[in-house]
Amino acid sequence: MTLVKLMRWESMLGLVLVAEVVLFSSLSPYFLNVDTLSDASFNFTERALIALPLALLIIAGEIDISVAAIIALASVTMGLGAAHGVGTPGLLGLGLATGLLAGCVNGALVTVGRVPSIVATIGTMTLFRGAAYAILGNRVLKEYPGSFAVFGQGYLAGPVSIELALFAVFALAFGLFLHRTRWGRAIYAIGANPVASRFAGLDVNRYKFALFALTGLFAGLAAVLLTSRLGSTRPSIAQGWELEVIGIVILGGVSVWGGKGTIMGVVLAALVFGLVTFGLGLMNIPGIVMSIFTGALLILVVAVPAWLQRR
Amino acid sequence: MSPLVTLAGVRKSFGGVRALSDATLELYAGSITALIGENGAGKSTLVKILSGVHQPDGGEIRIAGEPVRMPRPDAARRLGIGVVHQECLVFDNLSVAENLFVNAWPASRGAVDWRSLRARAETLLRELDADFPVDVPASRLSIAQKHVVQIARALADDSRVLILDEPTASLSQRECVELFRIVRKLRDAGRALLFISHKFEEIYELADRYAVFRDGVSVSAGLLSEVRSDELIRLMVGRPVAQLFPKLETQIGEELLRVDGLGRSGEFEDVSLTLRRGEILGIYGLVGAGRTELARTLFGLQRADAGTMRLSAAAGAGCALVPEDRQTEGAVLPFSIAANIALPNLAALAPRGWCRSALETGLAREWMDRLAIRASGPEQAVHDLSGGNQQKVVIAKWLARKPAILILDEPTKGIDVGAKAAVHRVTSEFARAGNGVIMISSDLPEILGMSDRMLVMRRGRVRGEFSRSEATSEKLLKAASDA
Amino acid sequence: MKGLRDLSDAARRDLVLGGLTLAVFLAVTVAFPGFAAPRSLAGLLDDTAILILLALGQMLVILARGIDLSVAANLALCGMLAALVDRAFPGLGVAVAIGIASVAGAVLGAINGLLVWKLRLPPIVVTLGTLSIYGGVIYPLSGGAWVNENEMSPAFVAFTRAGFLGLSTLSWFAIVAAIAFVLGLRYLRVARALYAAGGNPEAAACSGIDPGRMQFLAYLACGAIAGLCGYLWVAKFAVAYTDIALGFELQVIAACLIGGVAIAGGSGTALGVVIGCLFIGIIRNSLPLVGISAFWQMFINGVVIIAAVLLSARNRAHVRTILESRAA
Repeated sequence: MTLVKLMRWESMLGLVLVAEVVLFSSLSPYFLNVDTLSDASFNFTERALIALPLALLIIAGEIDISVAAIIALASVTMGLGAAHGVGTPGLLGLGLATGLLAGCVNGALVTVGRVPSIVATIGTMTLFRGAAYAILGNRVLKEYPGSFAVFGQGYLAGPVSIELALFAVFALAFGLFLHRTRWGRAIYAIGANPVASRFAGLDVNRYKFALFALTGLFAGLAAVLLTSRLGSTRPSIAQGWELEVIGIVILGGVSVWGGKGTIMGVVLAALVFGLVTFGLGLMNIPGIVMSIFTGALLILVVAVPAWLQRR
Repeated sequence: MSPLVTLAGVRKSFGGVRALSDATLELYAGSITALIGENGAGKSTLVKILSGVHQPDGGEIRIAGEPVRMPRPDAARRLGIGVVHQECLVFDNLSVAENLFVNAWPASRGAVDWRSLRARAETLLRELDADFPVDVPASRLSIAQKHVVQIARALADDSRVLILDEPTASLSQRECVELFRIVRKLRDAGRALLFISHKFEEIYELADRYAVFRDGVSVSAGLLSEVRSDELIRLMVGRPVAQLFPKLETQIGEELLRVDGLGRSGEFEDVSLTLRRGEILGIYGLVGAGRTELARTLFGLQRADAGTMRLSAAAGAGCALVPEDRQTEGAVLPFSIAANIALPNLAALAPRGWCRSALETGLAREWMDRLAIRASGPEQAVHDLSGGNQQKVVIAKWLARKPAILILDEPTKGIDVGAKAAVHRVTSEFARAGNGVIMISSDLPEILGMSDRMLVMRRGRVRGEFSRSEATSEKLLKAASDA
Repeated sequence: MKGLRDLSDAARRDLVLGGLTLAVFLAVTVAFPGFAAPRSLAGLLDDTAILILLALGQMLVILARGIDLSVAANLALCGMLAALVDRAFPGLGVAVAIGIASVAGAVLGAINGLLVWKLRLPPIVVTLGTLSIYGGVIYPLSGGAWVNENEMSPAFVAFTRAGFLGLSTLSWFAIVAAIAFVLGLRYLRVARALYAAGGNPEAAACSGIDPGRMQFLAYLACGAIAGLCGYLWVAKFAVAYTDIALGFELQVIAACLIGGVAIAGGSGTALGVVIGCLFIGIIRNSLPLVGISAFWQMFINGVVIIAAVLLSARNRAHVRTILESRAA
């Protein structure tokens, strides 16, 4: 039953996606063009990469609002590293390690400190973003080595950017992990009923900690890609992204009550999101208007099933 | 004298399971009526109907001769029915005084009149001779004091009828004495009281009337002075002869589990027991006796503070627990039967991590056959199943793991007779195959019919041990209830 | 004389936070006597006034077990609306501007409240969505343009800056609101019902209080306050554009958490929230004096929030007692 319902949700997202392509290609002659579409992918890959582990976290019944702040902090450590002459591999390691560490802080607050995840991550979001501001002030770091640009600006083959390739690989990996392994099953069970999961012998806290750490790690990865693409670090980097990333996850059909959702849905939602951003950009409609669309979609996604259930 | 409250032919079912089929009850002003019945007899459903939480499917409720309807809890409150709930429904964040007047705040010119509220609260608590201040937040009170707060709230509403739902289940002896004093005072003031308890000593001490429920039907009512306790027990446990416990003869073998002096602060202490191959060890006791906490500790969900437990080498495959509340602890309700059965067996089904749904549905089919689980197929969601079939799924998921010891906590609570028999059959077969079973139950016939040996717990301690041949309901009830 | 132990948990928390805030204030004053000068204090209050107003509104929502992420977007939209109306009809006066902003804010709050109450949607998703929508609507409303001081009527801008007894009108709004909240939360029956519903919704329903309706009313009030703050913000800074107060909702929620409002609902005081806001305000105003860059503000807030929530999580242990010996 649930499976049927979810499939319907994903086919709906698919239809929205097709409608977008038709609409934008009829509105702009430049839309259906490999290079244009390749450019378009930069609109969502970094956010979508965080949405993957965040989807797992939300399915497990928790949430992380601090992802954008983690990006800022990781970007700042990389910027400082670069200023001290750290090379490209070292910068990559710095970014990932910062993200992982920040994720572990979130995980520890929720599992050891027993703080509700929404409060804990509002706190760490302020803390991480605050640290970025405290360290950097109004300075801008941009002494990145030339080779560092490869992550965010490089292409793997033809029009396929490294970012896009990473997203494709990780989407597949997360899909297999969540839907095909026993650890994925455990994540669903923990979200649907944490008490029964504990009674079934699952170490619920260990799963939750690992998922927070994973989300942090991917925020670190997104920081590497974004910093490399922009070539500079400001403390306000990725401001407001947490809402967009959470929006993608929920638009993808992941239930905020936990226990439901698919990676396929999240990937489709990321594509829908990316294409709308890009399409509206092509038509010179500013990004802020597009937020009306995402906001309305976000509410409709949860309101329509709730409304139908009331009948 | 005509009764203040009359229930006649009240019926209520939940998803096809009859909780009450013909409930008749009369409460008199200035009198305490004891409501007696086993777990599942329909007592709590009756309380919920009288307090407006559930709506009856049929029958009639009259107060002072007038038929009444209580579509919402506050309607019951307005009709003068106050309830002291077993799980304390107090506002921990509000002061004691305010708790008594929630949604009925005394006010002058639109503003809450705290002085009058406090004064009235003090008067009410003084009437009850309560010894705690009215200014502290309710979170600082003990459970007994919270009961008193609920009683005082009912008084503040000027309730004519007061229902006490197992108020003594988690009180100490001294707190009980205190509570009874208050209850008698209310009786003398002309209120009609309904007192629910499993403890006969208390019932005889406090009440003057009784009503016995069995399987959702009122079987007897009258004056307590005209009936002896063994007669009440007979009325309460007397079953239609048709009900059988398919207890199989087993060979009691080597020791699987030995527990010595096990204790956990505030929950249970000095519990020693052994479990052998082929044996069903019944643990009887009232709600709150510490049985569930003991089960969780044996299963390893929580650590003991004192004592030792040793699994013998023979119990290689370990221990499984079918918890008391199948809806929140036992099953993941939105999941399919197959996914639920797979959950504790994931490591075995997917040794290298990769799940194969064919293996899972195969396992589910096998156990659906063995336990006669009625469902459209392994893909059906568990929340669409009846209570009995849900419980079978929970048992199946653990049996599939092939444990050596199975702990069952209230395995047949709230399930119908057919499913009950199936659960008993499976349990017996499991024991006969050379495994050990610890069965916790408040259902006397079940404990007596199924166990090879019985322990009785009261207030966190083992208060008696009986062999199958020497145990009777009277002995078990006596050991369990301070009598 | 009451001992510290006899005070309610909330009063004790307010006392500790108040002491801490006072200690920070005194420490700064000892080093920089100018900090306690009347003019400096008036500036501090003027600076913190909008935060106080918004945090008091947010507190109502959190008390009812909700959260409102859309306050800053609501503020920006209503502020823009007030500015546009003023530009189009300069003669209408300040009262109309305040009325328009507050009513519009109340409507936006009511939308949140209805979605949470009637459809039982998770508050975080609802207000995340309306945050995007309300923020997005500003653009088509204003055509993406700024409304600058020279386009606003003089009265519109002058109102918040006017002084009375040395304090700006803006400060008086915060003072009046703080007093009204302290008294209202104690003496209004609807406010007591809000505490009851947030503390134990099940028991509240048994007492005839609809917890969903209380959530709705909280969102309504929070929205109206956010709308009012929209006008105040635009008038104070004499400019309206799409991005004003962007991200401010998090500072508001931070002030509530520091002020001791429990995210689980039902617990928190207006006094605590006001002190929490003043704490943030004092830190913000003293950082430049102490020679720490103002950029440390957010980091300090983060440390304080995490310390506060960790401490309140520690107090949440409930142990059920069965044993006779220990219970007696």
